[in-house]
Amino acid sequence: MIQFTNVTKHYKTNIGLDNVSIQINKGDFVFLVGASGAGKSTLIKLILKEIDADSGSIKVNGTEVTTLSNRLVPKLRRSIGIVFQDFRLLPKITVFENVAFAMEIVHARPRAIRRQVPQALSLVGISDKAKKYPDELSAGEQQRVAIARAIVNSPTVLIADEPTGNLDPETAWEIMRLLEQINIRGTTVLMVTHAKEIVDRMGKRVLTIDSGKIIRDNIGAYGVGGGYES
Amino acid sequence: MQVVRNRAMSLASIFSIMAMLLILGVSFVTVVNIGVAMEKAKEGYDTILIHLEDDTAEWQVENIIDTLKGMMEVQEATFLPKDEALEQWKIEWGDYGYLLDTLSKNPLPDGVVVRLSDLEGADNVVNRATNFNGVLEIKYYRDTVEKLMKITSFIQMAAFVIMAFLIIICVVVVSNTIKLTVFARAEEINIMKYIGATNWFIRGPFLVEGIIIGLISAGVSVGAISLIYIKIIELVQSDVSNMFKFRLVPVEFMSNNLIWIFIALGVSIGACGSIISMRRFLDT
Repeated sequence: MIQFTNVTKHYKTNIGLDNVSIQINKGDFVFLVGASGAGKSTLIKLILKEIDADSGSIKVNGTEVTTLSNRLVPKLRRSIGIVFQDFRLLPKITVFENVAFAMEIVHARPRAIRRQVPQALSLVGISDKAKKYPDELSAGEQQRVAIARAIVNSPTVLIADEPTGNLDPETAWEIMRLLEQINIRGTTVLMVTHAKEIVDRMGKRVLTIDSGKIIRDNIGAYGVGGGYES
Repeated sequence: MQVVRNRAMSLASIFSIMAMLLILGVSFVTVVNIGVAMEKAKEGYDTILIHLEDDTAEWQVENIIDTLKGMMEVQEATFLPKDEALEQWKIEWGDYGYLLDTLSKNPLPDGVVVRLSDLEGADNVVNRATNFNGVLEIKYYRDTVEKLMKITSFIQMAAFVIMAFLIIICVVVVSNTIKLTVFARAEEINIMKYIGATNWFIRGPFLVEGIIIGLISAGVSVGAISLIYIKIIELVQSDVSNMFKFRLVPVEFMSNNLIWIFIALGVSIGACGSIISMRRFLDT
């Protein structure tokens, strides 16, 4: 699903990634943890081809990303759902329109939009907020809209960049349960986070990154092998 | 619609394009009118007048006329008796024509009026005419015609240079104005890119915005120029043009041509402006 082979990315003054190789399989739920500046963002940006690697190979859904032409980048990004810490919803349009927007971009038919958007909103549990504007919602609800937008096109991979960073613990757990549900339905989830408690309790695979290197790759259920810097 | 949403920005863009189009329009109107005036002026200079000595025999005159008529450059050659020449003078002098009645003797010589088919051929005709017997003098306006031609082409060149500059300035101004709109929506553009929107999907609305701004500016500018031009015609036609026997190009002709030129310019300036302004946002 996502495969890094000897990927290196150096910036002018520091190292982004240093000879990193990882394999994330279909249906995996993987946490990516590490201190600020360790290389988490670099890894995500490389997957989305926001930046180019200096060397190595990156495959997403079998597509070699490093040699992908700019013209095909939108297609790559459509196969990946993405959720941010700050939600990044369009403020001037409603919840429904925000989610529908992701479908309009892929030129979905209006009928498909009318069918799938309510399904996505229902899955994340905010069907009743469809006509509200983002600033009328709580942070947790906004993140749910963002998740609905990320999954409405049925991506194979969902990347969540600190999705619980702006949320209180209780709401954070609701979001985590939602992500887990999405994962159970077959979507690969890669989640960047600083939340130690969440990582420990979820018991999923954890990639720990430091100074551009993967220093730990633990696979295991809660209390067995996983855990944040355990 | 974006144009309505970004009213302040759109107005700024519309005003800048309009200002440029108005100046362009004024240059265009001026150039066209000068061109037409010059053509008219040249018409007056397409004749050569050959004055004949008083004792030239009739057969000599006929010989001159026949030879000239045989030349390619000559459209027509006619004899102008001195009395008729005086009559023409009187008509040209109009109200003051009676002054010529006081002359005791007609001071004008007989002449041959040669109408040229091609102004460039004037020199050939003159060279030929000087060799005839009985020719007193040859009057034609070579210098004037050449000057007119030089002035016309200079004015046209200058106008084109000015217009080219204006168009470049306009694209820069408009792209900067639209860039402000784009800056205000950078976050939105960023989100679109993350979701997987193609560059053209993102560019589309801005392009349409640019085109609409261009169309509105073109429409308003043509209206404004036409109104101003009608006023100028009203003011000028009555006095000046009568004096110079010259008519301004009719407003219908101007506005019919200007509208298409302005629409083409307005739309391309608007479209180029928006594409240029978005370039750096769509790099990755």
